[in-house]
Amino acid sequence: MDKINQKPRNLKNNNDKDYEFWYDTWKRLRRHKMAVIGGTIIIILYLTVIFAGFLAPYNPYKSFKKHFFHPPTQVHFTDEDGLTWPYVYATESVDWAEYEVIKDKKYPIKLFHRGQEYELLGLFETDLHLFGVDEPAHLFLLGSDNYGRDLFTRILFGGRVSMFIGFVAIFITTIIGLIVGGIAGYYGGWVDNILMRFAEVIMSIPSFYLLLALAAVLPIDISSTLRFFLIISILSFRGWAGMARVIRGMVLSIRNEDYVLAAEAIGARDPRIIKNHVLPITTTYVIVRATVSIPGYIIMESGLSFLGLGIQEPNASWGNMLTAAQNVTKITNFPWLLIPGFMIFFAVLSYNLLGDGLRDALDPKATETN
Amino acid sequence: MRTYILRRLLQAIPLLLAISLLSFFIMQLSPGSYLDTMKLNPDVSEELIETMKRQYGLDKSVPEQYFHWLWQILQGNFGESFTYQVPVLHVIQTRVVNTLILSFAAMFIAWGFSIPIGIYSATHKYTIGDNIFTSLAFVGLSIPNFFFALLLLFLIVRFNIPLPINGMTSIMHDFMSPMGKVLDILKHLLVPAVVLGTASMATLTRIMRGQMIEAMRSDYIRTAKAKGLKNKKVVYKHAFRNAINPMITIFGFQISMLLSGAALTETVTGWPGLGKMMLTAVRSKDLYLAMAGLMIGSVLLIIGNLIADVLLAVSDPRIRYS
Repeated sequence: MDKINQKPRNLKNNNDKDYEFWYDTWKRLRRHKMAVIGGTIIIILYLTVIFAGFLAPYNPYKSFKKHFFHPPTQVHFTDEDGLTWPYVYATESVDWAEYEVIKDKKYPIKLFHRGQEYELLGLFETDLHLFGVDEPAHLFLLGSDNYGRDLFTRILFGGRVSMFIGFVAIFITTIIGLIVGGIAGYYGGWVDNILMRFAEVIMSIPSFYLLLALAAVLPIDISSTLRFFLIISILSFRGWAGMARVIRGMVLSIRNEDYVLAAEAIGARDPRIIKNHVLPITTTYVIVRATVSIPGYIIMESGLSFLGLGIQEPNASWGNMLTAAQNVTKITNFPWLLIPGFMIFFAVLSYNLLGDGLRDALDPKATETN
Repeated sequence: MRTYILRRLLQAIPLLLAISLLSFFIMQLSPGSYLDTMKLNPDVSEELIETMKRQYGLDKSVPEQYFHWLWQILQGNFGESFTYQVPVLHVIQTRVVNTLILSFAAMFIAWGFSIPIGIYSATHKYTIGDNIFTSLAFVGLSIPNFFFALLLLFLIVRFNIPLPINGMTSIMHDFMSPMGKVLDILKHLLVPAVVLGTASMATLTRIMRGQMIEAMRSDYIRTAKAKGLKNKKVVYKHAFRNAINPMITIFGFQISMLLSGAALTETVTGWPGLGKMMLTAVRSKDLYLAMAGLMIGSVLLIIGNLIADVLLAVSDPRIRYS
């Protein structure tokens, strides 16, 4: 949302008017209650996943082998004397995925607990966690998975993938879409023809089939970071076509406006004209399109990861965490495995609400039909 | 009109050629092949692999392979599936039918609910009912298909709802009466169709509502009302007919969404459709099956778009194709 407040630098000579436009947009957006709520949730989600290492009690790869499929640990707030500092009991495995609570000793939840080491913001190593409990008790706020890894921790770390993949993918898609659409619309002729036919080819293959085929191309033995970026490339490869088509149309419609011709007559070079005079008219469209597309990318990534073609174990993503829930008997016995799905839902819902509000705010005329 | 359809079909030919080239290229990039996996099996002899290589034309150069494949397709032969050991066409036929059944059922649900809801929301703007439907639409729009399917399956098992949770037919299917067979399939169809339907329902409702509100605000509606026509007549005879047009354009777009959404829904609910087949084909590097899946999926999409355009022309006399 902060982006809206920034003045795009391409309209320097028109500063005041420009500022006014974005200021009005911001005001309209703030009136849109649901959009504000959506935007706030998104910001909170991003902050949570960025500080996942600190907020999560464990390391996402740490597996407690004797505590797999452990139900959410019950946090007690009261004891014999009434209200008390929250504490938990240790549990012991008695049967396959069945646990008994040992009520001998209480383990208080400690704030700023020293646990496993992690890198905060990728800058420095620390072992300070917001909260945690001493061994042998475990704090599985949302239960544990088939390897005995803490689900809450993995949801926070998995959110990094899910939340950032959409963001980066739409960024790349937008750049390709702007370049291809800009060139096609500006030059027209055979360049336009070739580029648009290519876009058509991509749009004529059912998107998920194309994604499946492309994801299968990825080798299995690549690093997780590389995989992350390759998945993004795949998503962008599929996504740019639709955007390029619309941008091309917009560019085509202003191609022969006086100010573009004037710039040409002065002798400005093509890249400069495209960048400074032609593409700025697409700003509003691009912002709205980007916001409303992000949820689509989040869903596609989670779908691919769910099928085992996206982010691979042991790395977490909301999608591949749900793979464990693919089995019906598992979800009925261990329903907490479904929680990552709700995270996808909340993230997507928030983005949809924000996108809806943003569309109304940027295009006041459209509001009347809503 | 006929010339228009003919021209569109002709335009589809180079498009399909390009798609075939792209799908072939993607599958070539894919590391390893089905035969590599076979080689790992100690029971499979070296000769068998060589024979299969020759049989499937994998010993030729890449361009040769492509043209060989293309030539075969033109003759209606999509090659043979590695995993199933039968012609691809054989596998794909039933899959396409199944996916179409699922897509139509989903579409039926989506349109059947979204149009009345859209009209209601538009004529009762900002009432509690409208707000509820709008919120529900957001929920439907935001829930990933596969997760929704998982949730439904979870609820079915949890609350012992007598609905099947996997596949398309029950074990006893072959012994059922014709009527029973249809009922059996419909029962299996319910969950995937509802899952797939809600996704499009959300979008359709929102669009229908917007279109309807816009139509209700136009001059001819004011005239109709001023004439003293009954409200019902104004809404259904005048506004509705104009509001429905843009919905038909969405129809083409919906087909793309349905096909893609179906892939994941099919996997979760075990519905034996094209999407589920694509996944297994891609996973097991079943080259010809995967390429055929991509091609057939694209053909369905192109036909769907064409149908949408034709429907639009039929429903709106202002649109003339030549």
